[in-house]
Amino acid sequence: MHEYSIVASLIDRVQEEATAHGGVRVHRLHVKIGELAGVELDLLKTAFDTFRERTICEGAELTINTVAPTWACPSCKRNVERGSVLRCEACDRPARMIQGDEIILERIEMEAPNV
Amino acid sequence: MCETCGCGDPEIVPIEVQERILSDNDAQAVHNRSHFEHLGVLAINLMGSPGAGKTAVLEATAKAAKGRLKLGAVSGDLATERDADRLNASGIVSSTITTGSACHLDARLVHHALHDFPSNESDVFFIENVGNLVCPAIYDLGQAANVVALSVTEGEDKPLKYPVMFQKADLVLLTKVDLIPHLDFDLAAVRDALSRVMPEAKMFEVSAKTGEGIDTWLAWLESQRPAPVDRPADGHHHHEHSHEHH
Repeated sequence: MHEYSIVASLIDRVQEEATAHGGVRVHRLHVKIGELAGVELDLLKTAFDTFRERTICEGAELTINTVAPTWACPSCKRNVERGSVLRCEACDRPARMIQGDEIILERIEMEAPNV
Repeated sequence: MCETCGCGDPEIVPIEVQERILSDNDAQAVHNRSHFEHLGVLAINLMGSPGAGKTAVLEATAKAAKGRLKLGAVSGDLATERDADRLNASGIVSSTITTGSACHLDARLVHHALHDFPSNESDVFFIENVGNLVCPAIYDLGQAANVVALSVTEGEDKPLKYPVMFQKADLVLLTKVDLIPHLDFDLAAVRDALSRVMPEAKMFEVSAKTGEGIDTWLAWLESQRPAPVDRPADGHHHHEHSHEHH
């Protein structure tokens, strides 16, 4: 249940941005979560709905942009399929993850009268 | 004002952040890592399911490393200090991080434990994480390497079911291999599963009970150790950060 601690960090981060920009109310957060980030999206949403109350995020929506994992050969850049052996047969090198493990706060939409 | 439809709502401003949500933990982990590197200590984050045999492997490691390597450990435990007691009895200087209901260690918890740790003399320092195959994988603690203990009683498909943990592993210790004769365990199947989630799949077969494979594991630890450094006389480096030292 580390989703709760992720949401706690998320709300702290949003509060910092709101303070810096004179934000008074947050309408929407956009986060990017890789499918291999180890984050359960339903739990993340539940945690957000629970923790946002009486914070700067009260009433805010959470938009989650999921990212499918991809791997590629570091030499020839050829794609290595998810579920296959994570090695490039042609170059005999271990594949490298290109994306799919991110846990990122992308954007905040907030009311900031003074911006 | 809202310029899109002229509705008169206060203007909504998009603020671009594009930052890791756990960036605070990352910063603390960087600090822990520099602490270990400064002291020339190899820090290992040891993870695995409850009952995978993490503590037993460390006990066997202590036995085999006697006179060769100085070992230290902190053990993350939900409620008890049993693991640290076992490790201390085996000769590993250790302490407990009691996490309460938290399912994983984070860099801040490890940092606090390091400040209270009784010794700075370790060659290898194990961070025995909370028994859990999901949550611990996403928190950087400042370790040099991630090691996952997987016992033969858990089944060959564990790596496919918990890809996040295994993809982050530098090494898998297949534990309790002395039990293989009593099980329908397919070694080739677990190796195949690992190769599909872990690009540089590396696995050692070990038994804490018979000592099988412990030498190979110790040799790997030796190979991962950083170059020797001159340790400061006061045992603590003077790092730049904002917290108080106790």
